[in-house]
Amino acid sequence: MTEKTQRKKFDVLIIGGGVVGTAVARSLAKLKLKTALVEKEVELAFGTTKANSGIVHAGFHNEPGSLKAILCVKGCDMFPQVCEELDVPFKENGVLMVATSDRELPLLHKFYEQGIQNGVRDLELIDRDRVFELEPNLSRDIVAGLFAPHGGIVSPFELAIYQGVNAEKNGVEIFLDAAVENVVDRGNYIEVATKKGTFEAALVVNCAGLFADDIAQMVGDTSFAIRPRKGEEYLLDKRVGNLVTSTIFPLPSENSKGILVIPTAHGNLMIGPTALEMQEREDLSTTQEGLEVIYQSASKLVKGISRRDIIASFAGVRAASDRGDFVIEFSKVAPRLLNVAGIESPGLTAAPAIGEMVLEMIKDWCKDRGIPVEENHDFNPRLPKRVRLQDIDDPRLEEMIAKDRRYAHAVCRCELVSEAEIVEAIQNGARTLDGIKLRTRAGMGRCQGGFCTPKVLQIMARELNVPITSITKRGGDSVIVPYKTKELI
Amino acid sequence: MLKWQKDLVIIGGGPAGLAAAIAARDEGIEDLIVLERHSELGGILNQCIHNGFGLHYFKEELTGPEYAERFIEELQKKNVPFLTDAMVISLSPDKKLLVASKEHGLVEIEAKAVVLAMGCRERTRAAITIPGTRPSGVFTAGTVQALINIEGLMPGRRAVIVGSGDIGLIMARRLTLEGAQVLAVVEIMDYPGGLNRNIAQCLEDFDIPLYLSHTIADIQGKDRVEKVLVAPVDENRQPILDKAFPLECDTLVLSVGLIPENELSLEAGVELDKTTGGPIVSEYLETTTSGIFACGNVLQVHDLVDNVTAESIRAGKMAANYVKSGTLPACGTETKAGDNVRYVVPQKISKTEDVEFFLRAARPMDRPTLVVGDSLYTKKMREAKPGEMISVKIPKEKLQSFTGSELTFALREGI
Repeated sequence: MTEKTQRKKFDVLIIGGGVVGTAVARSLAKLKLKTALVEKEVELAFGTTKANSGIVHAGFHNEPGSLKAILCVKGCDMFPQVCEELDVPFKENGVLMVATSDRELPLLHKFYEQGIQNGVRDLELIDRDRVFELEPNLSRDIVAGLFAPHGGIVSPFELAIYQGVNAEKNGVEIFLDAAVENVVDRGNYIEVATKKGTFEAALVVNCAGLFADDIAQMVGDTSFAIRPRKGEEYLLDKRVGNLVTSTIFPLPSENSKGILVIPTAHGNLMIGPTALEMQEREDLSTTQEGLEVIYQSASKLVKGISRRDIIASFAGVRAASDRGDFVIEFSKVAPRLLNVAGIESPGLTAAPAIGEMVLEMIKDWCKDRGIPVEENHDFNPRLPKRVRLQDIDDPRLEEMIAKDRRYAHAVCRCELVSEAEIVEAIQNGARTLDGIKLRTRAGMGRCQGGFCTPKVLQIMARELNVPITSITKRGGDSVIVPYKTKELI
Repeated sequence: MLKWQKDLVIIGGGPAGLAAAIAARDEGIEDLIVLERHSELGGILNQCIHNGFGLHYFKEELTGPEYAERFIEELQKKNVPFLTDAMVISLSPDKKLLVASKEHGLVEIEAKAVVLAMGCRERTRAAITIPGTRPSGVFTAGTVQALINIEGLMPGRRAVIVGSGDIGLIMARRLTLEGAQVLAVVEIMDYPGGLNRNIAQCLEDFDIPLYLSHTIADIQGKDRVEKVLVAPVDENRQPILDKAFPLECDTLVLSVGLIPENELSLEAGVELDKTTGGPIVSEYLETTTSGIFACGNVLQVHDLVDNVTAESIRAGKMAANYVKSGTLPACGTETKAGDNVRYVVPQKISKTEDVEFFLRAARPMDRPTLVVGDSLYTKKMREAKPGEMISVKIPKEKLQSFTGSELTFALREGI
């Protein structure tokens, strides 16, 4: 039988390999279930997750009692441990919301009250002096602030990728480039037809992000709709990475948290995002207007931001739902379908908590039906620590170099990434240039891959044993160098 | 960790580093090393397989690799030590370096003097913020050059080039010769950025259209570039969108400027010139950190490698003098870019020797006069172009007669 016609049977099938799907996969790996994950892109984290700002929200933004509020606060508390286990860059840099006029003070106080109700730890209203003590480079217009010291920043794509890698090491099977074509509720199981063959599962968890409503509609569930909302962001050089320590928020507008100034887990500064409701779910273009709005707004918050420091621009589309809150519930139409949808901000923060919530829901579902579920006692939450040339003070670096000189061979000069790290990224599933970039940061620095692209392509061709002319940026038709010289003459 | 002590460390094994190392050796410095992050010496010259190098220095026309080879051979003949696949990770003001070497692992080097010769990098799409999607097929010109000339790979078959600097022009010709179609070279300024000879030999000879006062207003395509929008610009260099026209292409090549790579220099406390992006240097090519010298494209972006060589020979000699004597004469007089001049290098002089100054015009000018320090020195010129560096040697006697603290260089129309 060919791969296409072979039917694969699982207890649970997760649709979607973003930060939510992989969090669910990792949580479910704690049970002795046969679990699989299907992802339509050629690698994990290539959808909305890839363009995430990386903020671990403290939890004062959302209405008390909402899933967003509950899961955000719980998720925020889980981050230090999850990131330590998976060796994902995370910093508890704090979240600071600032009021730029006295008129904004009542709203700032409202967020304080809301945060307290939501259980945000050590949340504090601070006066102007204390704001500048914490953040000396903020605009002098600022009158007061709301400070949440346990908010943080994380590398969002690394989190998703290594949640996936960890789930896989604990028995979850991952199928990439496996776009779902149809879902049919067969009564005692669900059938999911994909580009990589048909799956049968007792339960399907719909973590399909921007396409979650499409998936639900395949079984006739129209209980929610995705309302895509695009955000553009700009990444600034590390030279200005320490202009601020905390993530700086203005008071929010109706449909977004506003234009923020965000230190990244790797020492850059990011400004954005915009918020534009749109029809097209995969429009990732940036615009001149977007840049202007972001630049003007960010400059109102922080002094010293210059266009000259922009090293990359990108856009992402938030998978917001028409319900306003996260949708995490069994479908009323197809009881074997668990929808995990509308996971917009604070979705990244909530992701590990969503994973645990889904785990409990599935345990209950099994219990209600008298299906025995055992814990997986072999579950190992940890991944081996990765050694990076950029962490030059890490004592393990010298040890690794002594064993393998490729750890001292710098391939990416801007972000200081060694050949050994590129090879390891490939061992951890990287198959595309973007996959290498998201795992190692090679090509993410100030020269944007100008120098390292040829070297990385060579290493990939060697390690994967494929022709260089077949390597893509991110799958599909995105080949980097399609021809050899003399081929076109 | 290995710990080494060296009289002189040269960071970079391109044309600048090679010339500086050979010059320092000729001055009697034995205990030196060239550190090169790539696996070969020669730097960017290795990918510049076109000719036109060496006309001034060797009085003959060489290709880039040939030009580099002459220096590499001399370096080896003179037994100057070098290390390839060796990346300097940090440099302190007291001249301690941390190096990641494929051969030796991590090495800490204490140096008496350092020559910065790291060259430059290309400005990227983000630096000029072209809106649109982020497909594959957007490259900087130098990357395209490395892919074609070193790796034997072709990035695409229908290309549009942004920027009419020399690298962009040379890549227009190179892509054409390799069978790709170059649809246009698009230049935001109202004059071309590159040398005249390159406009003629790379564009006109191949009928490649050059659009002056135009820019790319949008990049389209999901996986791979499918189309770009070319728009004329207004007087503020903003695109006039209703006059934009599409060009269907699979490749966009950016040649939009070079940035001296001074991240290490900053760590060492070296002050940079806001205009050149390179270190502020004295006439001895010493930076603001004592014993750290700079030459080549890390100091100022040159148009000719011959000039890099001349500048780097001087840097190597001066670094050797510093190693031998521990100090160099004080340079208390500053230079300043005046009317129609973008910058002047060196930025500080001692007035004890003849000095050769390098400057760039801020705009193209016909028959201007170069005026130094009011009337200290004047020179009539045939023309001035931002793309062609101007050099002027001023004798010691003239400089000594200058009594101010800031020596101004200006280009004046028709005096």
